[in-house]
Amino acid sequence: MNFSQQMVALRTIATKEYLRFVRIWIQTLLPPAITIGLYFIIFGEIIGSQIDDIDGYKYMDYIVPGLILMAVITNSYANVVSSFFSAKFHHSVEEMLVSPLPNSIILIGFVSGGVARGTIVGIIATLVSLFFSDVHIHNYMVTFSIFILTSILFALAGFINAAYARSFDDITIIPTFVLTPLIYLGGVFYSIKMLPEIWQDISLVNPILYMVNAFHYGLLGVSDIDITTAFIIIMGFIIVLYYFALRLLSKGIGLKP
Amino acid sequence: MNALVIKNLQKTYKNGVKALKGVELSVKEGDFFALLGPNGAGKSTVIGIISSLVNKTSGQVEVFGHNLDANHSAVRMHIGLVPQEFNFNIFEPVGEILINQAGYYGINRKEAIKRAEVHLKQLELWDKRFDMAKELSGGMKRRLMIARALMHRPKLLILDEPTAGVDIEIRHSMWNYLKKVNAEGTTIILTTHYLEEAENLCNNIAIIDNGVTIEQTQMRTLLHRLDIETFVLYLANDMESLPACGDYTVRKIDSTTLEADIKKQQSISELFNTLKCCGIDVISMKNKTNRLEQLFISMVNNKNGNPDNSEPTS
Repeated sequence: MNFSQQMVALRTIATKEYLRFVRIWIQTLLPPAITIGLYFIIFGEIIGSQIDDIDGYKYMDYIVPGLILMAVITNSYANVVSSFFSAKFHHSVEEMLVSPLPNSIILIGFVSGGVARGTIVGIIATLVSLFFSDVHIHNYMVTFSIFILTSILFALAGFINAAYARSFDDITIIPTFVLTPLIYLGGVFYSIKMLPEIWQDISLVNPILYMVNAFHYGLLGVSDIDITTAFIIIMGFIIVLYYFALRLLSKGIGLKP
Repeated sequence: MNALVIKNLQKTYKNGVKALKGVELSVKEGDFFALLGPNGAGKSTVIGIISSLVNKTSGQVEVFGHNLDANHSAVRMHIGLVPQEFNFNIFEPVGEILINQAGYYGINRKEAIKRAEVHLKQLELWDKRFDMAKELSGGMKRRLMIARALMHRPKLLILDEPTAGVDIEIRHSMWNYLKKVNAEGTTIILTTHYLEEAENLCNNIAIIDNGVTIEQTQMRTLLHRLDIETFVLYLANDMESLPACGDYTVRKIDSTTLEADIKKQQSISELFNTLKCCGIDVISMKNKTNRLEQLFISMVNNKNGNPDNSEPTS
């Protein structure tokens, strides 16, 4: 396939992925809006009003970046894991496997679907947060780059989960038992400075902490960690996951007997 | 030029099952080729490997001179696959399935829409183009898979039991369509359990059993090997008892039906004359089973060391 044919193929997969989650917006776009709204009401208004300021911000304002990024992470991941696993489950992935599509185009196509959903849900979460908080963007470049890079990273992770998954249970285990705890312990609702020293050190092992804090910096200008380190870690994960996912495709792991 | 050459193809699955133990095959360009074998013989594994859905353990596959290992992109560009199981997203509209498939081959949407219209009309699915695939009947789904496989104009079309579960009328219309596709220059490889289908459509044949090729030849050469054909004869009047018929083996089924085994060197008209002399008029006749079926059973059983079930007993 030449370059222009590859671009046609990429546009085909990306459009198909986009239409898939838009068609079922009641399942994909509406629930995050409600969930984020509830987080703001419960943690921001009800509990947050009892909590002191963090880094000079009201608790409600402090949790905005984390909640937006949490929505981006979970939806980028969920879109790719469910779409690619469904394609495996219904065997419609074979339409792509028999075609001359390069593996990189298949991967980027699915990831772009995840990023599209992550972005739309992130925008919805931001709009919801405007009802509760006066969001300011401290650094546009950091904010948007962390937003997109995090979405790419978790879309790739979702793809790998789907490739290995053999049943629908397998695509819920990682989000439930790994992703959600890491997000909650990744500084969405607190600053790690509030933790005992030992737990501060342990928290540094959590990669989501770096994304959340970098996004904190982008929106609020405060962070528990160094921004450059956060970018290096995020990019490192993206590169590793991208090549790992490509290897799964080229070996046919989880796809070909 | 050969459309497909397979050399010593082997496949051992992770559970240790040796599905292919050295399949050899060659299919000429423009051929309508039957790939037959009993259930579990390895036909679908062979097709899976050719179409990149199954990883091979060893061996060589070439499609129009392109090696599967060295140039898998060119191989895939030449192949259109109609698999045994439905493998499209049932929640997508029929038209979109075809247009997306063309997109995977780098065909732009405008051209894909034109091609989709042609194929959907030819396969009588045009009225269903906006319907979700799940709303189609079984026969329509089969035709949709044929249309999808043809969207990128492949030079080699592989059909894995394309008419399974399809009623006889649609089956015949699919045969006509496939004949037309073949006449236009597309090489077709067909696997089927309807041996009548293979006999009607295909020029050349290979039989796979237990992971190896046990026969590859022309259809007519193979059918010529059939030593005995069994015919069912329908009589004009009731017959009380079966007369002596010389060297012919004839069985009475009921008062108006006989079954006769005709050896290759025997003439059925002589049998008719013999029966006529005894006052028995034959008004019509048919082959008891499909000729290829008779031969197929015989070959597979011989290979497995079983008694030849196709040999009728007198």
